[in-house]
Amino acid sequence: MAGQGKTVIKVGLSTCGIAAGSTKVYELLEEEVSKNKLDVTVQKTGCIGMCYKEPIIDLVTPDGKLFSYGDVTEENAQRILEEHIKGGKPVEDLLILTERDEVVGRQVRISLKNCGIIDPESLEDYKLAGGYKGIEKCLKEMTPEDVIEEILQSGLRGRGGAGFPTGLKWRFTRGYKSDQKYIICNADEGDPGAFMDRSIIEGDPHAIVEGMMIAGYAIGASQGHVYVRAEYPLAITRLEKAIEDARANGLMGDNIMGSGFNFEMKIKKGAGAFVCGEETALIASLEGERGMPRLKPPFPAEAGLWKKPTSINNVETFANVPWIIANGADKFSAFGTEKSSGTKVFALAGKMKQGGLIEVPMGITLRDVIFGVGGGIRDDKKFKGVQLGGPSGGCIPESLLDTPVDYDSVGQTGAIMGSGGMIVMDETTCMVDMARFFLDFVQNESCGKCVHCRLGTKRMLEILTRITEGKAQPEELDLLEELAYNVKEGSLCGLGQTGPNPVLTTLKYFRDEYEAHIMDRSCPAKVCRELLTFTIDPELCNGCRRCVKRCPTECITGEKKEPHVIDQDKCIKCGNCYDACKFDAVIME
Amino acid sequence: MADAVESPQVDAIPYQEFDKITEKYKGDPSAIIPILQDVQEIMGYVPKNSIGYLAEKLEVSPAKIYGIVTFYAQFRLQPKGKYIIMLCEGTACHVNGAKLISKSITDELEIEGGQTTPDGLFTLEKVACIGCCSLAPVMLINEEVHAKLTPDATRKVLKDYVNKEAAAQN
Repeated sequence: MAGQGKTVIKVGLSTCGIAAGSTKVYELLEEEVSKNKLDVTVQKTGCIGMCYKEPIIDLVTPDGKLFSYGDVTEENAQRILEEHIKGGKPVEDLLILTERDEVVGRQVRISLKNCGIIDPESLEDYKLAGGYKGIEKCLKEMTPEDVIEEILQSGLRGRGGAGFPTGLKWRFTRGYKSDQKYIICNADEGDPGAFMDRSIIEGDPHAIVEGMMIAGYAIGASQGHVYVRAEYPLAITRLEKAIEDARANGLMGDNIMGSGFNFEMKIKKGAGAFVCGEETALIASLEGERGMPRLKPPFPAEAGLWKKPTSINNVETFANVPWIIANGADKFSAFGTEKSSGTKVFALAGKMKQGGLIEVPMGITLRDVIFGVGGGIRDDKKFKGVQLGGPSGGCIPESLLDTPVDYDSVGQTGAIMGSGGMIVMDETTCMVDMARFFLDFVQNESCGKCVHCRLGTKRMLEILTRITEGKAQPEELDLLEELAYNVKEGSLCGLGQTGPNPVLTTLKYFRDEYEAHIMDRSCPAKVCRELLTFTIDPELCNGCRRCVKRCPTECITGEKKEPHVIDQDKCIKCGNCYDACKFDAVIME
Repeated sequence: MADAVESPQVDAIPYQEFDKITEKYKGDPSAIIPILQDVQEIMGYVPKNSIGYLAEKLEVSPAKIYGIVTFYAQFRLQPKGKYIIMLCEGTACHVNGAKLISKSITDELEIEGGQTTPDGLFTLEKVACIGCCSLAPVMLINEEVHAKLTPDATRKVLKDYVNKEAAAQN
């Protein structure tokens, strides 16, 4: 790596790190190092995945010893500078080495192998870590057919959600004769709660460039497009730099490595539409149209972008490709299960103790992921369910926690693997509210082409809203279920076909919660405010009048310094009094 | 989605700037989206009265451009406020109480998602996931991230901005 022979400080500068304040830490360290003329290199790196400990810095001594620090505020950075770098004594209370070993040590990192390790803006760093060896091997030793065969043998399946075998997709696309073919990288990561694609591009952009080049070589495409969310500005900047650097070093353009293979890449910024994650909608958007899906067949492999043969693969899929070529298919398929080989990246969030990004071999159980790698539930509350696959996925209950994470086992539960968003919910999460949340998202993002998706999701949302407000009738549950199946059957693309999954899985596993909302007009998780009653505990209330000032309907009465009372007829259950009270005197039940 | 309500003000269209943009993408039939992104970059929004001009330049119907502007969440037809509050409503933020944060912003500023305060100071935009899931609930005000919010903390952040503006005025 750059700066060998001296101490290297690596600052985690991904979106999550920056959100936690790592830019200021980076600037401070650079300034101090140059001001004090310290023999230290300060460099940027991507995300190691332990988002809950950001900002994170790694200090590598000249003899290669690693010290990992978490929660590095500017103040703590000063301490590390003074005590460790100048004083030579590690700052024990900030070290997260043991924890890092525990969290990272349980993982198998293939697509995240360089994230949080190398400088993502340095081509040299990527090459030192074995980068561009995969494409070199392809160009010098393998025919395109060999490459496809290798990927087929590895068992790699599409990491964007559907899990279609990557090698097969490439073989189909290669099979069609055309003067021009395209390879597209789908980086339109729309699942609200998944951020692995962003993190991979931010942390290891050259891996995507190399993966796409290998794919281009395999299918016979000389042009690659990356369709990336405009909401990911840092990922776009780093990818642009990676492409420029590759071009400047003869790794892109005409006659790459003297092989006669030509390849060029372009970045297209998405404009914010979840449906564009669907292949044909993405193609429509690339062509400058409204991103609406098209009828399949013809599949993109036959007639994709500009009606030319096109292969669309996901960011994480591409990130696996160079590794597979360099290390061999057998090494890859040694991880995971028979039908789902390799590893999968998951974004752990929600009520997790240790939220972040992890990569584990397929086939380990949900329990191992959540309670092992993820450290369990925050505040030691009770686990209730885990949402897999975002708005297209489903909620899996505690009884199914021993389900192995592979495409087929997860599919059997009614959820999908999806892109790998894993949102953990505890007893304070209302499953009806959750279902409503996802459906609201799907309803908003429906492109409007299919009647079932456009109107069906709207009607379903209305029913769910009535349930959360305690206004629904018992027979509406059956109607909701019927509508859900109709939407699945009557929609052209994945958005409508999977959009009702969160509703169907919560109906299947948490029906009692729906019934409590309808029959008892109560929300067991105390989330749906319309079903709650707010009262004031006269023992705890000291009459500070904070709640009175915040009540929009003036329904709280009582003398100053005397216990207050809420007029239930006037109360609109906005919860302001509950939020305002400093003495926990407002009871919500 | 972009709001179709009439703009309260009509900005003059910098035609020369627009011509530079269309020239940059000349001959690329797929360029409507990047052109609109560039227009929004310089104007802050896509002025309704510019759609006809762009349509003529690109030799497409105004309906096509309007269709694209209203389809994609990124485009807005109204000018934005000085501070854009991007409230994350992704799953992790939702589970950790984004709804309460949304409510406190609406209570404090009297605007809903997609709206701008009458003084032109704040625009509230609700977005699905900005990728800081383990710092949830999160909002971005311009470039600054405000993480692990509570309703009280949110109100304080907004008040700080208002006070800062008031101080700058005096």
